[in-house]
Amino acid sequence: MSSQIETTGSRNANGASDETEEFVTFTIAGQLFGIPVLQIQDVLSSYQITPIPLAPPEITGSLNLRGRVVTAMDLRLRLGLSARSKEAESMSIVAENEGELYSLMVDSVGEVLALSKSAYERNPPTLDAKFRTFSDGIYRLDKQLLIVLDVNRLLDYERSDAA
Amino acid sequence: MDDLLSEFLTETNEGLTVLDVELVKLEQNPNDAELLSNIFRLMHTIKGTCGFLGLPRLESVAHAGENVLGKIREGDLVVTPNAVSLILECLDAIRSILLVLEDTEAEPEGDDSDLIDRLNVFAESGGAETAKSEAGPIEESEVEMSETEMRPKTETPAPAAAQAPSQPGQSGAATEEVAKESAVANQSIRVNVDLLENLMTMVSEMVLTRNQLLQILRGQKDSEFAAPLQRLSQVVSELQEGVMMTRMQPIGNAWAKLPRIVRDLSLELGKKMDLVMKGADTELDRQVLELIKDPLIHMVRNSADHGLENAEDRIKAGKPEVGKIALSAYHEGGHIIIEVSDDGAGLPVEIIKKKAIATGLITEAEAETMSEQQIQKLIFKAGFSTVSEVTSVSGRGVGMDVVRTNIEKIGGTIELNSVEGRGTTFVIKIPLTLAIVSALIVACGGERFAIPQISVLELVRASANSENTVERINDTPVLRLRNRLLPLVNLRDLMKLNVPVKDTPVEAEGAESKPDAPAAEAQTSIGSGKTQSDDHFIVVTQVGSYTFGIIVDRVFDTEEIVVKPVAQILRHIQMFSGNTILGDGSVVMILDPNGIAAATGEVELAGEADDAVAERQAARGEEAVSMLVFHAVDEAPKAVPLALVARLEEIDRSKIEISNDQYVVQYRGQLMPLIRMEGAKELGAEGRQAVIVFSDRDRSMGLVVDEIVDIVEDRVKFELSSGRTGYVGSAVIAGKATDIVDVSFYLTQAFPEWFGGETRESIGEASESRLLLVDDSPFFRNLLTPLLSVAGYEVTCVDSAAAALELCEAGEDFDLIVSDIEMPGMSGFEFAEAVKKGSRWSEVPMVALSAFATPKDLARGREVGFKDYVSKSDREALVATLHETLAEVRGAA
Repeated sequence: MSSQIETTGSRNANGASDETEEFVTFTIAGQLFGIPVLQIQDVLSSYQITPIPLAPPEITGSLNLRGRVVTAMDLRLRLGLSARSKEAESMSIVAENEGELYSLMVDSVGEVLALSKSAYERNPPTLDAKFRTFSDGIYRLDKQLLIVLDVNRLLDYERSDAA
Repeated sequence: MDDLLSEFLTETNEGLTVLDVELVKLEQNPNDAELLSNIFRLMHTIKGTCGFLGLPRLESVAHAGENVLGKIREGDLVVTPNAVSLILECLDAIRSILLVLEDTEAEPEGDDSDLIDRLNVFAESGGAETAKSEAGPIEESEVEMSETEMRPKTETPAPAAAQAPSQPGQSGAATEEVAKESAVANQSIRVNVDLLENLMTMVSEMVLTRNQLLQILRGQKDSEFAAPLQRLSQVVSELQEGVMMTRMQPIGNAWAKLPRIVRDLSLELGKKMDLVMKGADTELDRQVLELIKDPLIHMVRNSADHGLENAEDRIKAGKPEVGKIALSAYHEGGHIIIEVSDDGAGLPVEIIKKKAIATGLITEAEAETMSEQQIQKLIFKAGFSTVSEVTSVSGRGVGMDVVRTNIEKIGGTIELNSVEGRGTTFVIKIPLTLAIVSALIVACGGERFAIPQISVLELVRASANSENTVERINDTPVLRLRNRLLPLVNLRDLMKLNVPVKDTPVEAEGAESKPDAPAAEAQTSIGSGKTQSDDHFIVVTQVGSYTFGIIVDRVFDTEEIVVKPVAQILRHIQMFSGNTILGDGSVVMILDPNGIAAATGEVELAGEADDAVAERQAARGEEAVSMLVFHAVDEAPKAVPLALVARLEEIDRSKIEISNDQYVVQYRGQLMPLIRMEGAKELGAEGRQAVIVFSDRDRSMGLVVDEIVDIVEDRVKFELSSGRTGYVGSAVIAGKATDIVDVSFYLTQAFPEWFGGETRESIGEASESRLLLVDDSPFFRNLLTPLLSVAGYEVTCVDSAAAALELCEAGEDFDLIVSDIEMPGMSGFEFAEAVKKGSRWSEVPMVALSAFATPKDLARGREVGFKDYVSKSDREALVATLHETLAEVRGAA
């Protein structure tokens, strides 16, 4: 990833308030989301995808990323949102989970933000159940809110099915 | 984990494995000094390293064990089964501590004082105790012991004291050993398995990239890269081979535990047994090795527990007292064959049968018709275990079904051969490696898939015009392949490729899928089963003994692929065994034939079950008959047994001539009469005429029909016998009342001498008597079956006397037997003699059937027990005779 921002407070175990964490931000249906930058391997614009028959609908297929098989998932569908229109552009973020690579399809990818823990808050309990299943909490940014997605939970089907 | 600790764990575990084997060897050769010093050295190393790493608990256990070994080595103690058992117990204790150590990196809390005490007591006075407890079998050692007993007494105030003097001697021995081994040791190094796995992955990628390059190269003429790429390709192939070799391990590694297991079992079960291992140095991929380890152990346990009898029974059966379990491994093609055999009691067919019926695996009626082999194979079914009680040895709920599943999971097969009283042999066939496999690339619905070549038997191209056509039974496609029906599954349906799965735009369409798309559309109808006109490719696939065909749109090349596991979230889809990247860089899914077989309804023992069903049906004469359905004369569909039909032809009407008041056509160098059915119109002068050709020996006859409709596979039940000339009756075929055409009637029109030449009249009064027809000619079997069915018999056909006698043994009963005389193998006369001479059927009336009936034949027939003698061509007489015979017998009864 491009920008390496100095994360000064990160070693300070006590001062949780001025600790910052870096997130790759992206939008889906106008909403800003973030995934910790350390979990992200790559950002792709378009790629040749082989559909996988019988897979859940949000699994759009698999692709070859420099010799590794990456499973592609459309986050819109995973989050229970409507499908993207045919013409709309999309981008993908490649994340690693338990040794496997997944390409998460989103509307657009934004910049990398270093966010202070002090702006972090737990999810409001009134949030949509799907969002709550896949997210831990929210960062209050100046103009908007950023929902932190948990890659592991996005890919944990047993748990999300139970939820 | 600490490097030092992990090194220690690896080394110690290896040491323990070797110790297991060596101790068992030592028990058999108590005087082998070299063996003993090797054992001692290993134990000492373990103890030493424990001390070095600060593992007091391990050290104390190892020390106590070493103590006993030290005594043995010095000749103070003698090798007895007791001593070996005790030391093995000590090894087990060490092993269990190691297990915890591996998890927690710390020694578990625990008290080994009981074991240590026993070891110490044994070391000090064990000789005496052993002598007492081991009264019988080892008299010689007893003597030795009493001689040596004096010395330990004098020398053993403290075990440490005994230990001390042993040290120098031991280290001397150790250095000697090391010196001997070092030459070999320098030739090999220890490499982390992960590193090898990584190398393998990288080589796999390289192979793929190489394939990609070669593919690009193919598209270019006179490239300057051609030569260097060729060279690169070769080097990569060699590299691949080389790295593959590093993953290879001798199968002996998987067998290492077995001598110990067999020894323990031998004591526990009180049976004497030997384990013979052949081909332990046969190498295979370590991944495969890991996967077959447990099934093998299970099978050896089974052999020891269920297979081998105890010494008494063995002697009674005239076998050597000591049972033998043999393991052997060898390479064959790209496979490794492992045989596990024992010379025990074999699989008890009766017990298995009872058990299977009791557990509801099969019904009693099914059991009756199953062959011994089929019954024995039931042990591979889920939920089957031959011992009625669960013993500690085997039968812990894990049966042979698990073994079979595990083996099939890695693309292997298991077969079984067992003779009651003689022993059992299992033959396992598994691929050498799982990493790189050869796969067939197919396309369906615009998507490509890989099918592992190992499960592909052949490819069949089926089209309406070729001899292979896809037929349907109630919309289920089947293919007639070399006289067997092959069940088919349509990949398109299976993968649900008809439905547009996703609305979301897929960023870039697969480059290859585009040209396929129109073809795919044209073929959507296959799935829905409306037309059969298109070409399909059928991949004939084998899983275990179940063979089925997968219908695909296109077949590409075979390619070497690297199997990559599918993502966690897709593991639940059983149709895929992995995915891979093809030479052109695209990802394809690898189909799992096992999963497909399971998903399409054939889960357990599919092949055998099929055979059994077929056999049972054949035995009861209700085998599904293929009928050729056509239109002629009027609206009602007509049908003839397909087996009677030689060919279907379309003849140019202009070629039809008239000779001797008959339509004829020149056909294959002969004049073939064309017969119109009763009531049919005159033939037109132009166009093409559909003709059904019947032939027998060198004669052919064409039946003129309007249109060939279909081939229907059905269990034909004749509804009524018809009085109409030219029909044997009618039947419901494919849901429609269909007239069954009396082929013989038309045959005699063409060639009056074909049979006898007579018209048939219907014989009513169906009495549902069971009739066995023995005739080697399929033509007559097919001709007579409908005829006799119409006459009211439940007909069972077999093609030889031997098959008939099998039915007799299998417990089938019949009211009447009709047998041909001239048959290959056992003739009808011999058959009758065999039946009448004390078989269960000796009372069943028999009627002989022959093409030629000379008075001499008649006499001979009566002599051997035939009630009557009928000419084959005289069908009326046959039916009449049968009725008479039966009435006579019944009247008498």
